[in-house]
Amino acid sequence: MTDQVLSVRGLRVRIGRRHIVRDVGFAVQREQTLGIVGESGSGKTMTALAATGLLDTPGAVVDGSSILAGETELVGASARLLRSVHGGRIGFVFQDPGTSLNPLLTLGRQITESLETHRKMTRRQANTRALELLEAVGLPDPESRLHAYPHQLSGGQRQRVMVAIALACDPELLIADEPTTSLDVTTQAQIVELVRDLQRDFGTAVVWISHDLGVIGQVADNVTVLRDGEIVEQAPILDVFDDPQHAYTQELLHARPIVGRSAPAPLGNDAPLLLRVDGLDVRFAVTTPVGRSTVHAVKRLSFELKRGMTLGLVGESGSGKSTVAGTLTGLVEPDAGTAQLDGVDVFDVRGAAGRALRRKIGLVFQDPFSSLNPRMRVQTAIEEPLRVHGLAKGRSGRETRVAELLELVGLPAAFASRYPHELSGGQRQRVSIARALAAEPELLILDEATASLDVSVQAHILDLLAQLQRELGLTYLFIGHDLAVIQQMSHEVLVMRDGEAVEYRPAAQLFADPEHEYTRALLAAVPPARPRAAVGAGEGS
Amino acid sequence: MSTLTGESTRVASWRLLLRNPVTVVSAAVLGVVVVVAVVANWITPFGVNDVDVPNALRAPSGEHWFGTDELGRDVFSRVLVAMQASMRVAVVSVAFAVVVGVMVGVIAGYRGGWVDTVFMRVVDVMFAFPVLLLALAVVAILGPGTTTTILAIGIVYTPIFARVARASTLSVRVEPYVQMSRAMGTGSLYILGRHIVPNIAGPLIVQTSLSLAFAILSEAALSFLGLGIQPPQPSLGRMIFDSQGFVTMAWWMAVFPGATIFVIVLAFNLVGDGLRDVLDPKQRTMIEARSQR
Repeated sequence: MTDQVLSVRGLRVRIGRRHIVRDVGFAVQREQTLGIVGESGSGKTMTALAATGLLDTPGAVVDGSSILAGETELVGASARLLRSVHGGRIGFVFQDPGTSLNPLLTLGRQITESLETHRKMTRRQANTRALELLEAVGLPDPESRLHAYPHQLSGGQRQRVMVAIALACDPELLIADEPTTSLDVTTQAQIVELVRDLQRDFGTAVVWISHDLGVIGQVADNVTVLRDGEIVEQAPILDVFDDPQHAYTQELLHARPIVGRSAPAPLGNDAPLLLRVDGLDVRFAVTTPVGRSTVHAVKRLSFELKRGMTLGLVGESGSGKSTVAGTLTGLVEPDAGTAQLDGVDVFDVRGAAGRALRRKIGLVFQDPFSSLNPRMRVQTAIEEPLRVHGLAKGRSGRETRVAELLELVGLPAAFASRYPHELSGGQRQRVSIARALAAEPELLILDEATASLDVSVQAHILDLLAQLQRELGLTYLFIGHDLAVIQQMSHEVLVMRDGEAVEYRPAAQLFADPEHEYTRALLAAVPPARPRAAVGAGEGS
Repeated sequence: MSTLTGESTRVASWRLLLRNPVTVVSAAVLGVVVVVAVVANWITPFGVNDVDVPNALRAPSGEHWFGTDELGRDVFSRVLVAMQASMRVAVVSVAFAVVVGVMVGVIAGYRGGWVDTVFMRVVDVMFAFPVLLLALAVVAILGPGTTTTILAIGIVYTPIFARVARASTLSVRVEPYVQMSRAMGTGSLYILGRHIVPNIAGPLIVQTSLSLAFAILSEAALSFLGLGIQPPQPSLGRMIFDSQGFVTMAWWMAVFPGATIFVIVLAFNLVGDGLRDVLDPKQRTMIEARSQR
C-alpha cells in the first residue's frame, strides 16, 4: 500500500547544544494508528511537533524530512504553507482540554473557524457542519452546545470538542498528544472509542502519543518506543506486547499496572483499630455570578482503618476523595461527622494535642513538582517536620535523621544538599515520602501519590511504599483513580461517586465480584493486559 | 518541560543578568553612584557651603568642574553631597515601604478574611491620593525636613509593596508545598518566613528597584518645592529651584543636578527592567534561547 499519509525520516531537533530528538523516522498509513511511547522527557512531543512544523520553541533547530501525503515537505516549510496544512490537513488534540480551548469563544465558533478558513464555507454551512461534528463526537444535546462556552463543559466533554475541532476539515492526519492523560479512566475509555470510530468513518491516520503502553495497546497498530530522543524499538503492536526485543520495552510492559496481577500480603485478623471515620459530611459554599450555591462534596461517609492495612479510596475527579484527605489533615473544615485516631478526636483538637495529632498523620500529594518548595534544599524540606515537632536534637541530629530518611526511601544521602529542580519526578516523590515519614506518622495519606508519574517510575514508588509498610508497619489511606494500582496496594477498597460510598468491601471480594454497576464500569475502563488487536484476532485475554 | 537543570536558579539568574549589556552598564553606573554617595564628604574638592562671592557664576573649568553658583559655591561638590542626601532618602524610605508593605501584604494575603478586607481597603484609600499630594500632606502635618521626607515617601510607596506582596502571596499560599506545611502542623510564622516570602521575592526585588527611581524623583520634587531637605544642606531638587533665576547666564547650575537625577533614575529603571526579565520565568526561557543562538 502506498497510502502513506506521513513519512518522517532522519528527524533531529536540537536546542542549543542539547539534542532533544536524534534521527527519528516513522510512517503512518491511512486508517492506521501509530503509537509513540516514552517517558516524560523522551522527546515524543517534540518529535510530533517538529514533524508537523508546529514546533515554535525559541532556538530549536530541526533537521531531516517529514513528508505529508507523499508530496508536501513539512520540515522547513514556509509559514504560509504550514498555515494551510494545520487545521486543514492535520488536526491536533493536546493533553489539557482546559487550556486548549479559547474561553471567550463559543464552541460553535471554535469549530467553524477552521471550516471558514480552510474550506471556504459560509457561516451557515459551517454551522451545519459543526452540528454534525458535535453529534459525531457524541456530545449530548449538540444544538445548545453550539452556543455554549468551554467552562460549561466537563473535562471529557471538552476533549470531545477538541476532537471535533481537530476533525472539522476531514484531515488526513490526526496528532493526539497524550489526549487522555488528564482524564478519568472511564472518560479515557470513551475518548479512545470515539477516536477509533471516527478513524473508521473518516479514514484518518492517527499519531497517538502516550507514556502509557496500556492506552497505546488500545489504539495503535504500530508502536514506536522512544527513549532520550532515540528510537529503541519499532514494531507492530502485537510484536511489541508478545515479543519485546529491547530491555527498555520489556521494562515498560512490566511496569504497567494490570488488574489481577498482584495484591498486598493479607492482614492479620487481630490488627487493632487505628482510625474510625463516622458520618463525615463536607459542603463548600461556591460563589458564582448567579449567586451562592453549595457543593455537597462528601456525604455521610464512614470507614475504618486497622493498623498496618491499606484502604484504597477510588473515584473519579470531583468524587470528593481528596476532600476526605483534606479533613483528616486539617486543611478542610468538615460540617458534620467524627473521626477518631487512636481515640483522639481528629476534627476537634487544638494546641499541643493538635500538633501531636498532626504528627501522627502524614500526607503525600500528587504533584511532585509543586509539593516541594523550589527554593528549599532537600535537607531543609525534610527537616521541617523535625523542627516543628522538635524531634531531632541539634543540627547534626537533624542531618543524621535526614540521611536515614533518604536512605529509607532509596536515595543517596548526598541528595540532601540538592534543590528540587535538580531531581527527577520520581526522586522528588521519594523526597516527599521521606518528608512525610520524618515525623514517624502512624497513618500516611497518599493522595494520588503516583498518578502524575510515568508508569515505570510509578512501579518503583509502589514497590517502595509496599516495602515501607512491611518494615515500619504503616497504615495507608491510598487515594487513586486507577483500579489496577488500587488493587495492587489495598486490603480494602471504598469506591466513591459524587461524595458517596457506592461500594466498600475487602479488595479481594470487590475485584472478584463487583456489586455496583459503577465499580464494574470503572473496572471495564482499565486498559486490559492484552492489546485490542489480540482480542480482535479472536484470542481471549 | 524543557527547563535547564543542573545549576541553581540563583546562579542561573546571575549569569543571565550579566549577559544583558544594558543591565550591566546600568548596574555599574549605580555602583559608582553608591560608592560616590558613601564617600562624598571626603572627596569633595570644596566645602559645600564655602561662599566665594568674587568667583560667583563661573562656568565649568579645571578648578570648578561643574562651575560655581550665585554665591561662588562649587556646584560639583554640592552635587556630590546632594546625591548622597537623595540616595539616603530614597534607600531609607523604600526600605521602610518594603518592610511595612510586605508585612501588610503577606499577612493580608495569607490570612484572608476580614484582615485582608481591612488592610486592603486602607491601601485602596492610600492609592486614591496622587503621590505628590499625599507626600505634601504628610510634610504639611509634620513640617519639612529630611526625616519627614523619608516618612512621606515611605508612606506613599507602602501600598504598592502591599499590593505586589499580597498578589504574589495569594498565588503561593495555595501551592501544595504550603498546604503540606500546614498539614504537618507548621506554624504560620515559619510558613510565611520560609515558604512564602522567598517565593515572592522576585517581583518584590523588581518593584524595589523601580521604586528607588521614583523615590529619587519624589525627593527632588519635594525639595524643589521647599518641602524636602532643608538648606543649608544641599539637595538636587533645591539646587534646580535655586538655579531658576540664573538659567540664562549659568546653565550649569541647572543642568548638572538635573543630569544627575536623570542618570540615577534611568540606571535604577534599566536595572529594574533587567531584573524583571531574569526573574520572570516566562521571559526567561526566551532570553536563554536567544542568547544560545
